[in-house]
Amino acid sequence: MKLDARIPTGPLDGKWDTFTQQMKLVSPANRRRHEVIVVGAGLAGAAAAASLAELGYRVTCLCFQDSPRRAHSIAAQGGINAAKNYQNDGDSAERLFHDTIKGGDFRSREANVFRLAQLSGKIIDQCVAQGVPFAREYGGTLANRSFGGAQLSRTFYARGQTGQQLLLGAYQSLERQVGLGQCRMLARHEMLELVVEGGAARGIIARDLQTGALTRHAAHAVVLATGGYANVFYLSTNAKNCNATAIWRAHQRGAAFANPCFTQIHPTCIPVSGEHQAKLTLMSESLRNDGRVWVPARPGDPRAPATIPEAERDYFLERRYPAFGNLVPRDVASRAAKAVCDAGRGVGPGGYGVYLDFADAIRRVGLPGIRERYGNLFDMYQRITDQDPVAGPMRIYPAVHYTMGGLWVDYALMSTVPGLFVAGEANFSDHGANRLGASALMQGLADGYFIIPPAVGDYLATAAPSTVDVQHPAFAAAEDLARARLERLLAIRGRRSVDAFHRELGRLMWDACGMSRSAAGLQQALARLPALRDEFWREANVTGGAGELNQALERAGRVADFLELAELMCRDALARDESCGSHFREEHQTPDGEARRDDDQFAHVAVWEHAGAGAPPRRHVEPLVFETVKPGQRSYK
Amino acid sequence: MKLVLHVWRQRGPSERGSFERHQVEDVAPELSFLEMLDVLNERLASRGAQPIAFDSDCREGICGACGFMINGVAHGPGAATTVCQLHLRSFRDGDELWLEPWRARTFPLVRDLIVDRGALDRVIAAGGYITAPTGSAPEANGLPVAKSEAEAAMDAATCIGCGACVAACPNASASLFTAAKLVHLGRLPQGQPERGARALGMVAQAQREGFGGCTNVGECQAVCPKGIRMESIARLNRDYLRAALTSRRGAA
Repeated sequence: MKLDARIPTGPLDGKWDTFTQQMKLVSPANRRRHEVIVVGAGLAGAAAAASLAELGYRVTCLCFQDSPRRAHSIAAQGGINAAKNYQNDGDSAERLFHDTIKGGDFRSREANVFRLAQLSGKIIDQCVAQGVPFAREYGGTLANRSFGGAQLSRTFYARGQTGQQLLLGAYQSLERQVGLGQCRMLARHEMLELVVEGGAARGIIARDLQTGALTRHAAHAVVLATGGYANVFYLSTNAKNCNATAIWRAHQRGAAFANPCFTQIHPTCIPVSGEHQAKLTLMSESLRNDGRVWVPARPGDPRAPATIPEAERDYFLERRYPAFGNLVPRDVASRAAKAVCDAGRGVGPGGYGVYLDFADAIRRVGLPGIRERYGNLFDMYQRITDQDPVAGPMRIYPAVHYTMGGLWVDYALMSTVPGLFVAGEANFSDHGANRLGASALMQGLADGYFIIPPAVGDYLATAAPSTVDVQHPAFAAAEDLARARLERLLAIRGRRSVDAFHRELGRLMWDACGMSRSAAGLQQALARLPALRDEFWREANVTGGAGELNQALERAGRVADFLELAELMCRDALARDESCGSHFREEHQTPDGEARRDDDQFAHVAVWEHAGAGAPPRRHVEPLVFETVKPGQRSYK
Repeated sequence: MKLVLHVWRQRGPSERGSFERHQVEDVAPELSFLEMLDVLNERLASRGAQPIAFDSDCREGICGACGFMINGVAHGPGAATTVCQLHLRSFRDGDELWLEPWRARTFPLVRDLIVDRGALDRVIAAGGYITAPTGSAPEANGLPVAKSEAEAAMDAATCIGCGACVAACPNASASLFTAAKLVHLGRLPQGQPERGARALGMVAQAQREGFGGCTNVGECQAVCPKGIRMESIARLNRDYLRAALTSRRGAA
């Protein structure tokens, strides 16, 4: 497999200009001859679909939700980074670039990250123009707050609902194009196959979730913006229906998968409360601006938090990382919380929780000020736990939140299948081994508004893909594959629920491929996974039929794909015999428990090629070349 | 604890539906209402019965996917709460509950507790936006926005498009939904150029879809999970009237 990242030559800060100056153009009159499919309607998908339609391409956008306004981007809380330097605290594209590269523990491409930092300011301009009601200062200018991994304030926010507001901006632009007839929106449609013909992506097979009908969609280019795969772990902060099916099928049709083991564990989530819990709820990282994280200094201290005197508390993040304090990056904060809980100092039922305390902030700022910043998060916490975070500290614990890995893409966001582009969380591009808070929204919108439109245009002008009709045998073959899989699921008629399999998979992955990993644990998981998969295909209980709305069937198909993807994640974690960012291999740590990288052997992107059913996947590498930053031991002390 | 549920079951829009009684034994009070339905569905499936179809996704009250009537109240008894954020501790052991889908002609039934809310998307497509093609935006701080206006815009912008307001309204009016968008965009300086056209376009589309008019009943505000206030409908009426009287296009 040939991996050419197609990074423009020349100095780092001129690469994106070079790309846009050299790309081929499609003239406005010719754009309507080109069909583009966008799968997914979150920040990346809705922004791409709207922007491509504005340019004049004929766009079809699909989402599995009943409306594009519901994609999971909507749940992002804290904010979006941009190097505007409105706070006069010395910010610049260079600094955002540097923070992001360092936050990712030097496992991302310099060129991509620099472009992201350069585009960040334009994203804020775009969103404000659309009417996104960002927080403002009394003078009417935009407000900022701080986020993990940065020593300045560059995060723009709309209360604790920033993702919602950014998504509504993109959604409204998308609906405008739908109203104008430039974009066809197909809600309740799930992609089940990618159609590849003559070595290029030609379209997709989707299932109409309302009728169960399989539908064929042909296009000159396909954009996947289908989000991440954190639901492999069953319990995560992702929405219930987030899934990896689209990227996994694309992987099986030739799109390489990069760094699958890089998954983010978010430090501040509401702890697991019981067996039947369906998902975990995030409490925004922004809370760490004012909340202080602590546990009792003495293991097993039974006292109520308010009665524990200051001297007998351990503010372990402030103690271990005085320079960044509570605002260390997510991987660092999560591991530190796990360490104190493993040492028996965790709080709450089961001992897997730490306090996030606002008492000091309320004394300093006053309750109204704190409520203005975090009111909706406090309400959400109270609604779920029945406890008031003003009366006593919140109890939090890390949970799976985001996946940095994804389909491999070159600088123009094209996968190893020509004509197949991947945007947002679905690709691997910008976050390395750990994503900084408030950078997912930035990346999704940079991809969707500013990178996908010119990149797709360049492909259409350069490759001039011919039109393939949906009657082509390649479509029939792909549809047969999708149908056979659905029929096979319905034919199992087993006795064990799909959710029970999913829960078992989640526990297995959390133990072996979660916050810390070891060769022995990963090998055990790799031995168990094929057997679990066999049991699934023998014993899963999938009710109903294929020709109707059938949520059990939808779920079963997604879990079947997770069971395959999980194995690739474990293989990748085993092969990456170093620690970096979120990927913490117990064998590789510094004396004080920090991740120890091995740049000689692993300063690369691991790129996995599907080698056919039953055959082990092939691992390739894309070396990471650092010309501007010098990778060092990450220090937040 | 235990609950007795009467759940509306209907295979499709053209089939007959009916209530189906389920006794749900042995569920923990900390479960959310939808987690309780997950448990019931697993039990149903293990007996070979078809699980109850209902929409949900984020399970944290922000995506707007979930929603049905519990004992005639949209999203159930919790104040300013979606049904996914409602917990069993809000009920008494042994309570008997009737679950029905949103009822409005503009929301055709899909299956069981699922309805088609596509009409709301079409109302947005008819003007619920600011025209700002990608790449055309001026510098973000170029136009200051008073904090109070930004906050008022944000209050309205928190609408999650769940459709509870329509389901609760005896006229099946989408006025609160439409007004929330008009207030969100109309409060901001960026939203002024299209303010009149927006009101005319969205109201006309709501009428074409078959949503009723507002008669100030106030059920919408009582069930809105995001606490959007009826005052916004007064603003809708004012924007619409002004645009209808002054626009060359006139009212649709």
